[in-house]
Amino acid sequence: MSLLSVDALSVTFAGHGTGRGAGRAGRATKAVDGVSFDVAEGQVVGLVGESGCGKSVTALALMGLLPRKGVSVGGRAEFDGADLLSMGEKKIRDLRGSQLAMIFQDPLSSLNPVVPIGVQVTEILTRHRGLKGEAARKEAASLLDRVGIPDPDRRLKEYPHQLSGGMRQRALIAMAVACAPRLLIADEPTTALDVTIQAQILELLKELVDQEGTALLMITHDLGVVAGLCDQVNVLYAGRAVETAGRRELFAHPTHPYAHGLLGSIPRLDAPRGEPLRPIRGSINDKIAWADGCAFAPRCDFYTLQCLTGTPELTEPRAPGHQVRCVNPVLPADRSADAAEVSS
Amino acid sequence: MNATPGLQKKADKIDRLAQLMERTETTSGAGLWREAFRRLRTSKTAIIGGVVIGVFVLVAIVGPWLAPYSPTAQDWRGEVFPNQGRFVGPRGENWFGLDHLGRDEFSRMLVGARQTLLVGVVSMLIGLVAGAVIGAVSGAAATLGGEPGKRLDTVIMRVTDIILALPSLLLAVSVAAVLGQSLTTVMIAVGVVQVPVFARLLRGSMLAQGSSDYVLAAKAVGIRKRRIVLTQIMPNSLSPVIVQATLSLATAIIEAAALSYLGLGNPDPAIPEWGVMLSQAQRFFDNAPMMSVYPAVGIIVTALGFTLLGEAMREALDPKLRG
Amino acid sequence: MSLLELDGVKVHFPVKKGVFFDRTVGHVYAVDGVSLKVEAGQTYGLVGESGCGKTTLGRAVLRLVDITGGEVVFDGTDLAKLPDEEMRKIRHRLQMVFQDPLGSLNPRQNIESILSEGMAAHGIGADQEERRTRIKKILAEVGLPANALSRYPHEFSGGQRQRIGIARALVLEPDVIICDEPVSALDVSIQAQVINLLEELQESKGLTYLVIAHDLAVVRHISDVIGVMYLGSLVEEATSDALYAGPRHPYTKALMSAVPVPDPDVEDRRERILLHGDLPSPASPPAGCRFHTRCPWKQETRCATERPELTVVADGHRVACHFAAEIEAGTVERTRATGIEAVTDTAPEEQ
Repeated sequence: MSLLSVDALSVTFAGHGTGRGAGRAGRATKAVDGVSFDVAEGQVVGLVGESGCGKSVTALALMGLLPRKGVSVGGRAEFDGADLLSMGEKKIRDLRGSQLAMIFQDPLSSLNPVVPIGVQVTEILTRHRGLKGEAARKEAASLLDRVGIPDPDRRLKEYPHQLSGGMRQRALIAMAVACAPRLLIADEPTTALDVTIQAQILELLKELVDQEGTALLMITHDLGVVAGLCDQVNVLYAGRAVETAGRRELFAHPTHPYAHGLLGSIPRLDAPRGEPLRPIRGSINDKIAWADGCAFAPRCDFYTLQCLTGTPELTEPRAPGHQVRCVNPVLPADRSADAAEVSS
Repeated sequence: MNATPGLQKKADKIDRLAQLMERTETTSGAGLWREAFRRLRTSKTAIIGGVVIGVFVLVAIVGPWLAPYSPTAQDWRGEVFPNQGRFVGPRGENWFGLDHLGRDEFSRMLVGARQTLLVGVVSMLIGLVAGAVIGAVSGAAATLGGEPGKRLDTVIMRVTDIILALPSLLLAVSVAAVLGQSLTTVMIAVGVVQVPVFARLLRGSMLAQGSSDYVLAAKAVGIRKRRIVLTQIMPNSLSPVIVQATLSLATAIIEAAALSYLGLGNPDPAIPEWGVMLSQAQRFFDNAPMMSVYPAVGIIVTALGFTLLGEAMREALDPKLRG
Repeated sequence: MSLLELDGVKVHFPVKKGVFFDRTVGHVYAVDGVSLKVEAGQTYGLVGESGCGKTTLGRAVLRLVDITGGEVVFDGTDLAKLPDEEMRKIRHRLQMVFQDPLGSLNPRQNIESILSEGMAAHGIGADQEERRTRIKKILAEVGLPANALSRYPHEFSGGQRQRIGIARALVLEPDVIICDEPVSALDVSIQAQVINLLEELQESKGLTYLVIAHDLAVVRHISDVIGVMYLGSLVEEATSDALYAGPRHPYTKALMSAVPVPDPDVEDRRERILLHGDLPSPASPPAGCRFHTRCPWKQETRCATERPELTVVADGHRVACHFAAEIEAGTVERTRATGIEAVTDTAPEEQ
């Protein structure tokens, strides 16, 4: 039984403008368009995709952090039996921080700049675990120690700007795990960090999952991070999952042309030099509505007329549990063809 | 033509794709100024502000012809006795009543709009032009002038800081005291107060733009410094100044009214001006409060109109909201 | 002789304080003595993490920041000593592509204006008509439609904007292009397009690149020679293949082991060399070897006291480490356990 079960989640933003009266004449944007996945205890599930694929909006919807006005959320997201999406404001606020926690890409803007780290951590401990005074301070120090912040007693008195980027992200993780949440959502947690610091943070997240059995929903654009961390991977494109598979299966047999193309376009450190990259043509702006067909068709090397008639369904053309949303998937026989039809 | 079935099929699918992509096309295809104007047109705040200003400007232009009576003729002199506290309020032939000299208040309001607008616009322009020149010199020196430029900028900015530190009304009073009592004095005095505001604003904006990547790129391409200031930094630094100009117009009208109120304004009683009218009416506030209310409301509504438009422009020009 | 030679280049930014006139109270040692050579027609990749000075070094070559010391010799001319106007004139031969494709384009200029301004400044093309013809040719070469001319930067996608940035450099017919993080702001699927474009242009025009990036995989893919920077200086330099096959400097080893590879098999097998703590502040760099505060192989002697020079260890392979040979031979052990338990406190001191 999975801890979180998301079923046909959709998020639609009404209109376009952000400022008062500055809106572009009401065009609704579907940021997430029917995304379904499960996360079990102690499991790491990845949502992978490029900008505009809906991965961050999915996370915000699950946390109940989307603005209520001008946004309509559909579908179900059952967390331990209760639907996160239809839950009242107060109820989800109680869940956040205790059972649900989130860490963000930019640790500096997620921390209050004028309040010392210690106060921010103890505040959570007081609110959700009822710890006060010295007990809360001690627990805060041990939390910082736990996430690898040296000299925690001194750090507790410091302000966010006095910490380096990596330390800030650790502090944020400490706050997220303060109440031993059952589900941790990490939205691009290492994107703003240097690669050696990224390695430290990923190691820390892995340890949390292994030791505490925390479920981790990892949102990233970096397939390298996914390869090392996630058990189950969902590749998102234009608001929909286009491919879902176990980590090994996905990287060994990327079957949706998008996932396949993505892997072919990344320079790999271990690739022999001179091996050409095979980019995906066009950009995310070259798309069609899912209602009309496959949103990826304009960038796809293999699209047919069939791809332009209605939404493709998720099927399992290669292996059980390996779902692909494509009527013309990349199967072993196509390998030679795809090499020949590489676009310029 | 004589396409094979395979080719025909390929052509079909390309056509269909193009057709479907057309539906999701989102690019707007306009320059930034044009886009800001489009946003401005759809903003309620801008529309309200614009309508208020439109009415005001219209009145300023055609007011003298609309006025039912002469604003200066003391036609009903015999009916008003300020010393005994006897005034004439609104009535059929004088919609806003009479002032303390028996002149038609409504006509004076209509005619006074022009003078008020003139004072506001001219003093704002004095502040804008002088401030922009100082700010541009300072900003250009600081961004591209190297060490000596930075020193020049520091000196200019400290001087404007000193002016900025003085209470604006005190400054205006001093200027008026030096130049004597006249309308020009009021406009110069109010303008001088605005100079440091515009100067600081433009300089700050130029400094921010000066450290942007596209200015660095322009340097890397080998464009001359003067040209970088004119074609790269300046056009991108102007929007806060334009917004401020609108907002300043409101303050200028109020400040000019304050100076008139203090008796430093136009000494010629023949030309009505809202500030002067307000200052004269205050003596009779106890017995004829409406005489103060008309010009006061006029000034407030007009100032509000400019403020609303200014706020709307600030929002429309904000690059963060670019959609 | 190499097309571009840097000899002991230093860029120190003064830290200023003061109410009326600023006093210098210290320096940030952004680049502190870098020497390297870029051969004509080749790609030199500079890799390093944020704060290592790679961007500053790239800007120093173009004199977009003031050079504190050293020589930047381009085609026989020392750019560091060139008078401003001479420098401006030579800029068309050394161009730059920036990280932020949108930020580096003036939002109020259309594409034609952006591209022709530099040409006008260098007297390329007799009139606007001639310049437009040339711009159209370059736009086609970088894969942009000809109708782009009258459009504005915000109307393009990220990848297209970067193509505009490349076109801006190309219209001036440069010999060298410095690419500062040319793909890091782009989506993964777009990165490959731009990398391929840069490679094609190099081939067709014989361009020389200095590519600055934090992504070792990108740098390895595109570069002939790679220089690894740490805290203002080069710690290792080798050909792309040699560096990948046998990194010698402890920092390079750690960096390489930290780069994620999109392959679960590789990820599961790899041994990560986790570094201790964070980058020290370039305003007060550690004495001796600048890496010694984080180095897993730090030794009792020399490391904390003596700054290692770049020395040749193999043909075309230079390393700045006192114990590179010993580490290679396995005669010195790692002195610190790796892993997060062992993180020591070296976070930057904030002033």
